[in-house]
Amino acid sequence: MSKIPLQFRHNGRDVAIFVDGGTNLLVALRELIGDMTPKFGCGQGGCGTCSVLIDGELHLSCLTLAETVAGRAVETLDGMKQGPNLHPLQRAFADHFAAQCGYCTPGMLMAATALLRRNPKPTLEEIKVGLDGNLCRCTGYTGIFEAIQACAVGAK
Amino acid sequence: MAVTVKTFSSASEAAGALSSDRSARYLGGGTLVMRALNEGDVTISTVVRAHDQALTRIDASGPRVTLGAGVTFARILAERDLAFLHAPARSIGGPAVRNMGTVGGNLFAPNPYGDFTVALLALDATVAVQGGFGARDIPIEEFLQARDRQAGTLVLSVSCTRPASNEAFHYRKIARIKPKGGSVITLAAHLPVSGGRIAGARIALGSMAPTQIRARAAERALEGRALDAATIAAAASAAAEGTSPSDNALGSAWYRREIVGVHLRRLLSGQE
Repeated sequence: MSKIPLQFRHNGRDVAIFVDGGTNLLVALRELIGDMTPKFGCGQGGCGTCSVLIDGELHLSCLTLAETVAGRAVETLDGMKQGPNLHPLQRAFADHFAAQCGYCTPGMLMAATALLRRNPKPTLEEIKVGLDGNLCRCTGYTGIFEAIQACAVGAK
Repeated sequence: MAVTVKTFSSASEAAGALSSDRSARYLGGGTLVMRALNEGDVTISTVVRAHDQALTRIDASGPRVTLGAGVTFARILAERDLAFLHAPARSIGGPAVRNMGTVGGNLFAPNPYGDFTVALLALDATVAVQGGFGARDIPIEEFLQARDRQAGTLVLSVSCTRPASNEAFHYRKIARIKPKGGSVITLAAHLPVSGGRIAGARIALGSMAPTQIRARAAERALEGRALDAATIAAAASAAAEGTSPSDNALGSAWYRREIVGVHLRRLLSGQE
């Protein structure tokens, strides 16, 4: 079966790859582009660790047909780093003990980014709803919620 | 296994491709079809898509509301005119799933999913489909009864009449993880009141049968009566009649039959 050419913006950079029919965006990002920040968790839309932003909207990359992002902008956690420095949200996750095993963290950070862009000053309840699609089996979520609250506009 | 992806600019071309290929599936938001592909479902060899703006149109200005099959739950939640559908839309998935999942796809979502369809069934929606023989409108109940045989047809849109008042429409999803978990049971009730009495009661249940179904015995208990405690009790005791729930990891068939009346009573009496 022939490969399909695909071009899109990946963290502000144009990329061009060839994908097999039916390839999901997660596989395209990890195996063809080498961006290992989105993780494979369940493949069913249940865990959220493959979360990415497509044209600024939170999507699950494992349930996105790679071809559908042609010409669109895909943002992953890899685009969040600022040289040797952590992004303020990453710093807050570290400071508030919001990661233990860290497997859910890329998805948590992308969901938090989507939330804070839409709502820069979320309440605790809004944070819980915004992260509703992301599972963490280690932290009990409290540290994650506190880290995001610390990054809200007006937080100390 | 690689699949062939066919992308069309119009829904009718996509419908043609679906009707001519038994192993083709239409890809909407991806939450069902991509999941199947990720799980290695070899029965899908072709994926059909359409970039047709008609599929993502919302017409919510009048008393009759039409939602294109490709309208996502996030868009419904952003539409003030669709406030009566916000509770069912909000009960689905997390934010990412609501950005992806569509009204049309939800019609095909098997248990324990398909909650939005429960609301549409209670609202007596009409499903517009296009098959090899052209387009037609099907009552949602008929559509669901024949859902397994709908391969080869493309859902274009769903339409329903806006409930007469906010108080006339009730929705409740029982899940172990709130609000996004798979449904233990889902209930929706449309109870228009005319002259103090219920006229045209419709109660729909999710996860109480292989597809979403109406609780006809409970509807009969409500029809023509005032919505008082005695009527609600009669409807609640009839709620499980005619249902055929299954066991799954979220609950047993026995448990579902036990709780459906309890939750119908709470739904109709406005309890949290």
